[in-house]
Amino acid sequence: MNATVPVPVLDIDATIDGARILVCCGSGGVGKTTTAAALALRAAERGRRTVVLTIDPARRLAQSMGLSELDNTPRRVTGVDESAGGFLDAMMLDMKRTFDEIVLTHAEPSKAEAILANPFYQALSSSFAGTQEYMAMEKLGQLQASGDYDLVVVDTPPTRSALDFLDAPQRLTTFLDGRMIKVLMAPAKAGGKAYLKVVSAGFNVFTGVIAKIVGASVLQDVSQFIAALETMFGGFRERAQATYDLLKAPGTSFIVVAAPERDALREAAYFVERLAEERMPLAGLVVNRVHRSEVTSLTAERSVAAAQTLEATGSSPLASAVLRLHADRVWLAVREQRMEARFSTAHPGVPVVEVAAQPGDVHDLDGLRRVGADLAGEAAA
Amino acid sequence: MWVSDFPGARLHVVTGKGGTGKTTVAAALALAIAAGGKRVLLTEVEGRQGIAQLFDTAPLPYEERKVAVAPGGGDVYALAIDPEGALLDYLHMFYRLSPSGIPARTLRRMGAFEFATTVAPGLSDVLLTGKVKEAVIRKQKDGTPAYDAVVVDGPPTGRITRFLNISHEMGGLAKVGPIKNQSDNVMAVLRSAQTAVHLVTLLEEMPVQETLDGVAELTAAQLPVGGVIVNAVREPVLPAADLAAAEAGRLDVAALAAGLKEAGLEPDEALVSALASEAVDHAQRVALEERGRDSLGALQRPSYELPLLTQAVDLGSLYRLAELLREQGLA
Repeated sequence: MNATVPVPVLDIDATIDGARILVCCGSGGVGKTTTAAALALRAAERGRRTVVLTIDPARRLAQSMGLSELDNTPRRVTGVDESAGGFLDAMMLDMKRTFDEIVLTHAEPSKAEAILANPFYQALSSSFAGTQEYMAMEKLGQLQASGDYDLVVVDTPPTRSALDFLDAPQRLTTFLDGRMIKVLMAPAKAGGKAYLKVVSAGFNVFTGVIAKIVGASVLQDVSQFIAALETMFGGFRERAQATYDLLKAPGTSFIVVAAPERDALREAAYFVERLAEERMPLAGLVVNRVHRSEVTSLTAERSVAAAQTLEATGSSPLASAVLRLHADRVWLAVREQRMEARFSTAHPGVPVVEVAAQPGDVHDLDGLRRVGADLAGEAAA
Repeated sequence: MWVSDFPGARLHVVTGKGGTGKTTVAAALALAIAAGGKRVLLTEVEGRQGIAQLFDTAPLPYEERKVAVAPGGGDVYALAIDPEGALLDYLHMFYRLSPSGIPARTLRRMGAFEFATTVAPGLSDVLLTGKVKEAVIRKQKDGTPAYDAVVVDGPPTGRITRFLNISHEMGGLAKVGPIKNQSDNVMAVLRSAQTAVHLVTLLEEMPVQETLDGVAELTAAQLPVGGVIVNAVREPVLPAADLAAAEAGRLDVAALAAGLKEAGLEPDEALVSALASEAVDHAQRVALEERGRDSLGALQRPSYELPLLTQAVDLGSLYRLAELLREQGLA
C-alpha cells in the first residue's frame, strides 16, 4: 500500500458550536435528514438555541423527532435536554403555503384573490425549479434575523437541484428580463385582442406558435399567471442577493452527506466542487452507514480458509457461517475505504467524519442522540 | 422460454427511493426484455447520465444510440431525454420548426427555453413524458413499432406520480385545443395496460414505507402499478436456529469458540466476542429485512428479488441481474 495523505477529521462539535447556519446537502438515501436532525439535537443539548428546517415532503424529520406534523411554524421538540440553556425547534416548509403567503404579502388584495384562483398558479406554483430551495433559503434568512436562534440547521432536498438556489436568482433574472415574459404579459396589460397589436411584426411567428400551442382560451390564464410571477418576484433580485450573501458570510457552514458507495460519493464530489465554485464555506463530508470490522487480527482470506476447513468436515456450521460473515464484512469495509480514499484523493483537505452503519433505522431522539455522538467521534455507549 | 408477468407492457417505468439502485434495475430490465432479439429503448429523464456511467460509455447526447447487445441478439438503445431537446423535438414534430431555424432561435433568445425547461419543472415534465410516449407509439415504415419496449429510469418514488400525472394536470387547464389533445394522448398511454410502473426498494424501513406510499399514490392517480423489485437482498448466512438466537442476544458463544478452535484459529476472548457481535448485527439486519418483506407482502403485487452485490456493479453483473429478473418473470 502506498502511503496516503492523512484525511483531516471533521470536528462536528466545533462546527455546531461555531456556526450560525448549517446547510446539509447530499443525494437521496444517504441519511441526510437524520444527520441534520442529529446535528441540531446535539447542538441544542450543548446549549444552543437551535431550529432545524426541512423541505422534505416525506415528513421523515417529523417522524424522527416525535412530531405529529410540521408546518411553516417552528415547533418545539419535546424530550430534549435543555439543561445547558438550549432548545430545539423543528419546522417543515410547506411550499404551497409559502407561495400563497408571498402572493398575499406582495399583491393587492383584489389581485391576490385572482392569482390564488388561477389554474396555472394552482398547478405550478409549488414546483418552480430552484424556487423551493430559494424559498427555504429566504425562510432561513428570516429565522436567522429573528434573533430567536443561535443556530439554524437546513436539510435540503435529495437532488442536485438542492444547490439550485445558488443560481436560481440568475436563471429567474434571465427569464424575467427576457422578451417572452413581455409578450406573454401583453394580454394582461392591454386586455384581449389588443395584444396582437402590441407585439411587433418580428414576433409574428412566435405569437402564432404560442397561440397554436396554448389556444386562445388559455392565453388569458397564462398571462395572468405570468403577471402573478412578476408580483411574486418583485424585488426578487435584491432579496436573492441578500440571501446569497448570508450564505457566504462567516458563520455559515455546508455539510455534504454521503454513503460509502460510488453513486453517493460521486454526488458528494459534485456538491463539494459546486460549493467551491461558488466560494461557499464547506465544513466537510459526513459518510454515513460505514461498515468496519473490529476484528483486525483476522483477514478475510484467513477467515474464508478457516470456514472452508470446517465446511469440508461439516462440523460447527455456526462457526463457519460466522467466519463467512466476517470475510464479507471485511471485503465490504475494504471496498468502502477504497471509495472514500478515491474521494479524498480527488478532494484533499476536505475534512471527513464517518458514522457506523446501524442495523435498524433511527426514529426517536435516543437514536438521533447516538448518531450525534457517533458524528462527534465519541465512543459508542 | 420464460413467461413475463407483464406480457402486454411496452412501457416500463422504474422508480425507487434514492440509493435503492433504480438505475441499475432499469438497465438490467432493459437487457432482460431485449434478450432473445428484441429492440428496447432505455431512457433517463433526470440529467444524471447514470446510464452512460453504468454502461461505461461517454455521456449520452439527445440521441438514441446502441449501448448493449442482449443475450440471444437483442439490442438496448439508450437516450438521455432533456427538456430542451424534447421541446425542440416537439416544435419540429407538430409545427415543423427546424431546431436551427429562425423561429426556434427566436424562442431561445426570448427566454422561452429557460421558462419551459428550468423555471417551471411542471412544464418540463410535460415535455419529458411527451417524449417517452412518442418513443412508445413510434412506428417504423412498415408499421411495426420502432421499439418492442421502452424502459424509463424514472424520478424517485416521492416524485413519480406527479411526474407521470403531469399531463393530466395540465390537460385540466385547457378544455380544448392542442394541449388538451396532447395531454389526453399521453395519459391514454400511461394509464393503459401498455404501461407498468415498477418500484425498486431495499428491505429497510424508509424505502419500504416510501414504496407503500408510492403504490397508494400511483393507484389513486389510476397509473398501473407493476412489480416491486427488492434490491440488495442479503442471504441469511447463519443457520436458522443460530440466527434466531443471535437476534435474541443468545448466540452460543462457547460453540462458536469451539468451532474456531477446530478451524485452527486461536479463539481468544476478544476475537470470539467481536465475531459474535458481527453475527448479532447480521441477525438483526436479517430480522429487519424479514419485517420489510412482510410489509411489502400486504401490497399483493408481484415481487422480485435481486442479491446484494459484494463488488461494484459492472457490465457483467448487469447481465447477471437481467437473467435473474427474467427467471423471476419480470421480463
